[in-house]
Amino acid sequence: MDFLAYFGDVFTPINFGLLLIGTIGGLLLGATPGLSPTMAVALLIPFTFKLEPAQGLILLGAAYTSTVAGGAVSAILLKIPGAPANIATTLDGHTMAKKGQGARALQLSFLASAVGGVFGVLLLIFLTPVLAQWALAFGPSHLFWLAILGVTVIGTLDSSSVVKGLLSGCIGLWLATVGFDDIMGAQRFIFHDAVSGGINVIPALIGLFAIPQVIGMFAKGRRSLDAEILTVERHPISMAFGEVFSRLRALSIGTITGSVIGLIPGVGGQIAGLVAYDQSKKMSPERDKFGTGHSEGVIAAESANNAMVGPSLVPLLTLSIPGSPTAAVLLGGLLIHGIFPGSDLFDNHPDVAWTFINSMLIGQILMCIFGLYIAGLAARVAQVPNAVMAAVVLGLAVFGSYSVQHSMGDVYVMATLGTGMYFLERFGFSAAPLVLGLILGPIAEANFVQGSMIANATSSIGSYFFTGPLNLVLIAIVVASVGYSVWQELRHRRLSAQEKVMAKKDAIT
Amino acid sequence: MKNLIASAAIALTALAGGALADENYPERPIMLMVSYGAGGATDFQARIVTMTAGNEDALGMPIAIINKPGAGGRVGWNWFAGQAESDGYTLGAYNVPHFIAQSIEGGVSYAADSFEPIANWGADPAVFVVAADSEFNSMNDVVDYAAANPGKLTFSGAGLFVGHHIAALQLEKAAGVKLAYIPNDKGGAGAMKAVIAGEVLGGVNNLSDAFRAREAGNVKILGVFDLERNDFLPDVPTLKEQGFDIDNSSVNFRGVMVPKGTPQPIIDKLAAVVPTMFANGRVASKMKAGGSPMHIMTRDEVIEMWKAREVALKELLAGL
Repeated sequence: MDFLAYFGDVFTPINFGLLLIGTIGGLLLGATPGLSPTMAVALLIPFTFKLEPAQGLILLGAAYTSTVAGGAVSAILLKIPGAPANIATTLDGHTMAKKGQGARALQLSFLASAVGGVFGVLLLIFLTPVLAQWALAFGPSHLFWLAILGVTVIGTLDSSSVVKGLLSGCIGLWLATVGFDDIMGAQRFIFHDAVSGGINVIPALIGLFAIPQVIGMFAKGRRSLDAEILTVERHPISMAFGEVFSRLRALSIGTITGSVIGLIPGVGGQIAGLVAYDQSKKMSPERDKFGTGHSEGVIAAESANNAMVGPSLVPLLTLSIPGSPTAAVLLGGLLIHGIFPGSDLFDNHPDVAWTFINSMLIGQILMCIFGLYIAGLAARVAQVPNAVMAAVVLGLAVFGSYSVQHSMGDVYVMATLGTGMYFLERFGFSAAPLVLGLILGPIAEANFVQGSMIANATSSIGSYFFTGPLNLVLIAIVVASVGYSVWQELRHRRLSAQEKVMAKKDAIT
Repeated sequence: MKNLIASAAIALTALAGGALADENYPERPIMLMVSYGAGGATDFQARIVTMTAGNEDALGMPIAIINKPGAGGRVGWNWFAGQAESDGYTLGAYNVPHFIAQSIEGGVSYAADSFEPIANWGADPAVFVVAADSEFNSMNDVVDYAAANPGKLTFSGAGLFVGHHIAALQLEKAAGVKLAYIPNDKGGAGAMKAVIAGEVLGGVNNLSDAFRAREAGNVKILGVFDLERNDFLPDVPTLKEQGFDIDNSSVNFRGVMVPKGTPQPIIDKLAAVVPTMFANGRVASKMKAGGSPMHIMTRDEVIEMWKAREVALKELLAGL
């Protein structure tokens, strides 16, 4: 119960002030497309040079938690996921916003984020030693199967048909091979300087989601100026509370999936939201409503991506291994004050460790309060006329892509992929599976190459990838996931065939 | 005619302005390109050693870090050699032997002479680590195992053609054994995780990261790939002490450089000021606190070091 002893430290005037600044600043940074949590934390590091270690970490921890949640704002209102963690939020969140329910979507997302986030931090507080072992259990072969599991999600994610979903996933997997390969350094498909470093996920994300919309808005032009202005429904917070807690299935699936996946070094945050979304869709009796502005979709995705925050720090705090890029930046924030994560942190600087963890707990709640406060105001974005909106979104897209690596090359990549996506969307393909392919490709490839190198040196590829309980469990989940998709597709075809027959009969009679 | 005079006048003012700009350099904030991601050891150290740049006794202007990560640093250095402005406002961080080894291997658009070194701030030797519960207690144990099981001793490192890989090649050559080097796609941190989790039997890693992992009780450090023992690890013998003929070719030197074509007065000014900026007491204390070994070298010393490395690496990599 060490953490209770240091709760008071969070509420000293300076610490609490920093917590507020970090939370509000984080929400704003997170809502800006392109400013991912990693970048927001990196931007704040210089400010912590002059602060005490605990104070610096409070600022960084608060910023981390609230940027992850803040990403939902642009995902819902503009359909630009601020970071890969928010991709799944666009699927139902933005559809809700388009119906004038932006306020409701934002409230649900902040409440779900807080529930997931608090659960994740509690796991960090109580189960850290157990979780550390779990995080280490995932070697190359397991990460490879996990990435394959992610690939099986592609087919059923937000597409009219499994085949089109898989096709766009394949385009993503192919795009992921562009650039230097991470292990061997071989050059692949480098036809222009802009892609010599491969296709960066964030500019691709912004382009694929934002540009088709911008083109769509420009194409509509001023034709229907009156019709396009939505009435934004007001939505009382108490109702949002009721709704979040009545969707217990989505909330718990999101929270648990997010915590478990967040723990795995190197995979975590990017796919937690998507996997949780997919799982709660498969287990929901109302699965047909997903993608049409269904509240379960928002709740599952957002509770998952904040639940991952706490566990993602376990490898860093216990083993001194940063499990995610953001954790790596936080490591710098600790080292600069001469504090080494691991036993040194908890034995010799318990005040720093626990004040930091406690502040993330309080930060989740502050984030939720401010989020709910701005939800009503932010939802008015939907009332901005299309012509203005298109210009603003285009500006944000260029700014966001450029700021990732200060490179115009990324802006070209963003614009090219976005334009291509506009045409693909007209044929019924969608962006989410494509991005998932782009994210999972390198994970699957690098771990397969590493795994097979280890396997060739020690045993054989067959026994390395296909034996061991964790491998078998993951393979079983992959098979189940594929089987389920096939069954769904077959059933869907049979149903639509029956509908056609019925429709014909109706037409005849 | 009028046009000609006008353009001549413009050219003249531009020239005069240029000369003046060199004298007043720097007049605006400077950017330092780091070819690794935020949070990595190079990024972390670059942020510390440049934090006093804005002081009056240093450059008088702050230095901002720009990260261009990818492909073991190749992306950033390609950009630096080909696209960076050579006006003195774009500095780059170098990692030797990485970029020299990559330029020897080929496939990149830079070579050692594409850049002008300014000063060196740190030297991070490679060390050999094994998990805390490993049966290996010295480098001889490791080599004996490798001799008995050729090609079966798996050990991790940050990638191909980086310091860790060079150290691995040196070990193979000096000990006359065949090893299985497993490059990691997540750099030193990923390679360290592979050791601690028992995915591989051992690993080559940065001294600073290994020191931290040992403090946390996760690894044993069996040897240092350097000429002398390190102040952070006085109890760990060098590979040479343990009977392997291995020099400091794999030591990761970090420092600041500018693209070729930067005006000489600016290079001279930077070469004079930057080493004193690194020597600042606050910088030294932060670096020590973070477990990062410092090693300040002037421009002339770095030029010599680059040359020596290039010769040594060409010889080592020729056999690949």
